[in-house]
Amino acid sequence: MKAEDVVRFCARSLSGYPLRTGLMLLAMAIGVAAVVLLTSLGEGARRYVAGKFTALGTHLLIVLPGRSETVGGPPPLLGQTPRDLTVDDAQALTRSSAVRRVAPLMLGAAPVSLDSRSREAVIMGTTADMYAVRNLEMAQGRFLPPGEVGRAEAVCVLGLKLKNELYGNTSPLGSFVRIGPRRFRVIGVLTKKGESLGTDLGEVAFIPVASAAALFNRASLFRILVQAQSREAIQRAKQAVLEIIRERHEGEEDVTVITQDALLATFDRIFKALTLAVGGIAAISLAVAGILIMNVMLIAVSQRTAEIGLLKAIGAPGKQIQRLFLAEAAMLSLVGAAAGLLLALAGHWVLGRIFPEFPLSVPVWSPVTAVSVALATGLIFGVLPARRASRMDPVVALSRR
Amino acid sequence: MIRLENIERIFEVGDERVYALRQVDLAVRPGEYLSIMGPSGSGKSTMLNILGLLDRPDQGVYRLDGRDATHLSDRQQAELRRHKIGFIFQFFHLIPRLTAAENVELPLTLAGVEPSERKERVAAALARLGLAERSKHRPDQLSGGQRQRVAIARATILRPALVLADEPTGNLDRTSGSEVIQTIETLNAEGMTVVMVTHDPELGRRTRRQVRMSDGRIVSDSGAAHES
Ligand SMILES: Nc1ncnc2c1ncn2[C@@H]1O[C@H](COP(=O)(O)OP(=O)(O)OP(=O)(O)O)[C@@H](O)[C@H]1O
Ligand SMILES: [Mg+2]
Repeated sequence: MKAEDVVRFCARSLSGYPLRTGLMLLAMAIGVAAVVLLTSLGEGARRYVAGKFTALGTHLLIVLPGRSETVGGPPPLLGQTPRDLTVDDAQALTRSSAVRRVAPLMLGAAPVSLDSRSREAVIMGTTADMYAVRNLEMAQGRFLPPGEVGRAEAVCVLGLKLKNELYGNTSPLGSFVRIGPRRFRVIGVLTKKGESLGTDLGEVAFIPVASAAALFNRASLFRILVQAQSREAIQRAKQAVLEIIRERHEGEEDVTVITQDALLATFDRIFKALTLAVGGIAAISLAVAGILIMNVMLIAVSQRTAEIGLLKAIGAPGKQIQRLFLAEAAMLSLVGAAAGLLLALAGHWVLGRIFPEFPLSVPVWSPVTAVSVALATGLIFGVLPARRASRMDPVVALSRR
Repeated sequence: MIRLENIERIFEVGDERVYALRQVDLAVRPGEYLSIMGPSGSGKSTMLNILGLLDRPDQGVYRLDGRDATHLSDRQQAELRRHKIGFIFQFFHLIPRLTAAENVELPLTLAGVEPSERKERVAAALARLGLAERSKHRPDQLSGGQRQRVAIARATILRPALVLADEPTGNLDRTSGSEVIQTIETLNAEGMTVVMVTHDPELGRRTRRQVRMSDGRIVSDSGAAHES
């Protein structure tokens, strides 16, 4: 029997029972669409988080005061409060060849006011390097000027939202705002970009770190942001940072260094696992579709007993009949899978409309696996009915009406 | 052409053994027209099924064209059924979702004949049986007699040497029955060997040779004298 005849014969018998065939196709299609859509959501979530991390800056290391690792053992008897991180610590880090830029970050809150308008804002004391380290973008003017770190210049850069609240649509460049008791000249405004990981840079004012130290009357930094020379240099930079700080803190390793890549890798793993898990759960619905196919095919075999007997009588060997039924199962799976892909495409489009900012993306492996799993389940669950058909005794099959 | 030697067929129903055929010997020469008669349960259908390689005997040897057909594989038997044997059933056994033409085409499709050649042969076969205008009809749109003639066209489309008919008129009224018989007799006149199981004594008398069965044995055979 020729292949195209097999296809035509199977298509005729499938279209002969439209309701049954339609239901099986639907089950298959839903399974395939579920796999594709759910993995695409998982992959999208992964990309979303990865995107947020990259917005934070490239090859970034974050130095925090205090050890956050749980080492076990009793707590230190003498109150060993960790030493503060200072601007000098930050400056010292530039010694390492693995480090490209260092930006100290001092954090505080103070009212920012212009005339009678006043807004409570997060004040970040830092240096010019913050601009490159955090991938910031200017909407107007420029960022803090490079220069001597110890100089408390009275200039500030405003977040976009803060600027809008104080100035509306007029340009603030060159005018003065009051931060706490001091006056600062506005030299730049940030773009909307950079609302990453918790801090909304829209409501922030950047001032030189020395000015912040004077304003808040303290020397301790909130953290130090370090940009490594390259991706490969990140580990070296981390070692260097720990070493330099230990040296400066009398042999005490009292800081924690978080590398962005390590964080990213962790999230990446979590989301990949999540995607796989969700895809796996969806794949179960494919298996369910497979079982449905088996069930319905078994019914079909018993309904078509006389037909099977007749095919044998006119000279079809058992193997041929087995092949016919397997081909039917394969066609069901393939057509169902194709419908599922279309369904997934439609779902994708709708989701894209509802959440335009979410980077939905279909990993290549997902439709491929979905279709192969669909085909495999169809064939595996088609084997039993097909064998039953091929083993049917033609005499018994034909003696029934 | 056909030789059955000492054929036995035993069905086991629970603990009981039912002898459907015992010590059956039969020889049929090419071109014969033969009827098998006998009471219900006497083993007629069982013998026909064995002749048609749909069933295997428990004892004895079946030679088809001089070749032992008893111990062939499923594939080889299927091959013989396809090319040498045509079946006609009491209940027609047409596939309901296929048209008359598609039903007749089925053996050609199974045999892998080219589609263009198939169409021609199907049209010719249907025309010969007076069914040309019915080729697009599905079985439920045909009368009993027409259905049986479609089934005959299907059974003979590959020009088998042996036609086996199990009560071909059992489900038909007199007129369509005799039409069907005429069709079968035409096939016989064209050289096909016809073995027909029937309950109808009138039909039995029309055949050149009559075999009577009872309780799994052949009790009389009008043509047994001329051995092949
Ligand atoms: N599959 C089977 N299992 C058990 N017994 C069977 C089977 N097929 C046939 N028999 C028995 O074998 C015997 C012969 O059956 P067969 O069908 O050959 O009779 P028949 O002469 O064709 O009868 P009828 O004229 O009613 O068609 C019967 O006793 C029947 O009950
Ligand atoms: Mg019978």
